Amino acid sequence: MITRLEDKELKRQSRRQLLKLAPVAALGVFAFPKVSDRLVAAGVRFSDWASGGLFRSQHPAQTFSDSEVVPFAKFPYNGYDVLDPEVDFEKWTLTVAGDVQRPGEYKLEQIQALPKLNQNTRHVCVEGWDVVGSFGGTRISDFLTLVGANTGARFLEVECADDYYESIDMASALHPQSLLCYEMYGQPLDRGHGAPLRLQMPTKLGYKQAKYLDTIRVTNVLKPGKSGYWEDQGYSWFGGL
Amino acid sequence: MENEQEKKQPVPPPDKAADAESGAVEGTVAKLDMVAAAAYEHPLPIRITHWANAISLFVLVASGLRIFRAFPSFGPKIPEKVLLDIPKSLTLGGWLGGALQWHFTFMWFFAASGVVYVAYQVVSGHYRTMLFTPRDISGVWPMTRHYFFFGPRPAATGQYNPLQKLAYTSSILFGALALLTGIVLYKPVQFSGLAFLFGGFHLTRVWHFAAMCGFLAFIPGHLIMVVLHGWANFYSMLSGWKREPEYQE
Repeated sequence: MITRLEDKELKRQSRRQLLKLAPVAALGVFAFPKVSDRLVAAGVRFSDWASGGLFRSQHPAQTFSDSEVVPFAKFPYNGYDVLDPEVDFEKWTLTVAGDVQRPGEYKLEQIQALPKLNQNTRHVCVEGWDVVGSFGGTRISDFLTLVGANTGARFLEVECADDYYESIDMASALHPQSLLCYEMYGQPLDRGHGAPLRLQMPTKLGYKQAKYLDTIRVTNVLKPGKSGYWEDQGYSWFGGL
Repeated sequence: MENEQEKKQPVPPPDKAADAESGAVEGTVAKLDMVAAAAYEHPLPIRITHWANAISLFVLVASGLRIFRAFPSFGPKIPEKVLLDIPKSLTLGGWLGGALQWHFTFMWFFAASGVVYVAYQVVSGHYRTMLFTPRDISGVWPMTRHYFFFGPRPAATGQYNPLQKLAYTSSILFGALALLTGIVLYKPVQFSGLAFLFGGFHLTRVWHFAAMCGFLAFIPGHLIMVVLHGWANFYSMLSGWKREPEYQE
């Protein structure tokens, strides 16, 4: 539709409309690190909050047949520091602490005595690659029952023999496919993949799957600045798939 | 206030307008300068979403390229075949974690502006000015010939010519593809049905990248056309009004 407008009126309109764009133009200030750091930190917090809301506690991750699993040799070894922190398997125990009725040291045999679950699931790395692997272990939820954990608590914190550390939300920990994993491809976990015990949760990204587990703590409060090795440097804390 | 033009009725005497064009008497020209033809092309919601989208898209592409650098391949991790070495200078975020923060922040702006834009287009009926329909097919080639091979300029029939409609409509489809595949990459387990539709997580990464390529094809053309067609085009996306539109009705 063509309308004729007084030139002055047209200019006035333009200027006023330009002002309305101020909020959009304000996005330009995000080019300044001080502002943008806070903005994106808020963005990640919001995304994590939304992720928690989107998480369906009983919705299973896709499982695969044995023929769809990549050969063991093509399952990448990933570590942030060393691939073998030289855990002494003879003396190894899992320390359980925090909001639990039976804290203390747990042997691998005690964990293996719980029902075992084998699953072929997709391991997704934050970098973008993914690989279908074969994992065996006991459900985290079964182990939490064994130690009398308060599953109403918010978090599970883990510490590792290689000084890696992680924390996960209780809902994800209780997911029926979330494992304390001690086997891959039907064999005991090897040192590079986190022997003797690692987390394996097909609803989480790879960096949440802490290896060489040392300590598990049930808690409502995360240690400040210690929510996870990579998270403390800027990765999303929820890290959920 | 978008309706203010209704109060201002057309004023120019047609004979004087003709004089002005031939550059007639000085006084007449000055007087006529006070009056200009203008079309209200872009309602406010379109303008806001356009700029919110432009900014988000810039951030998402630049940070997305940084994320892609972390694993620049669509194949397996072992062995990893590097598909593209994207220069760091083209990327945003500094490292994978930083780029993800930008991506996870601006994906919300991108999604929100896209949803508001499409909803407004549909509800207002304004989409009729830009939606590419089968009727526009026959007009694509003449327009292409005009732009790329200096063919004769086809008569303008509406706010947008068929080639523009094709470009704008496909950019919306790229946006929808980018958004849906992005949801799958972000939450492949929670949105397992959608992941299945795109052929699984692994393949979805390819579609997500393809959507970006679509935008990268659209944006330079879009910017070049705006520059070639002059300031009035750019200005109308700010104010809504376009001076001296080249089309009637």
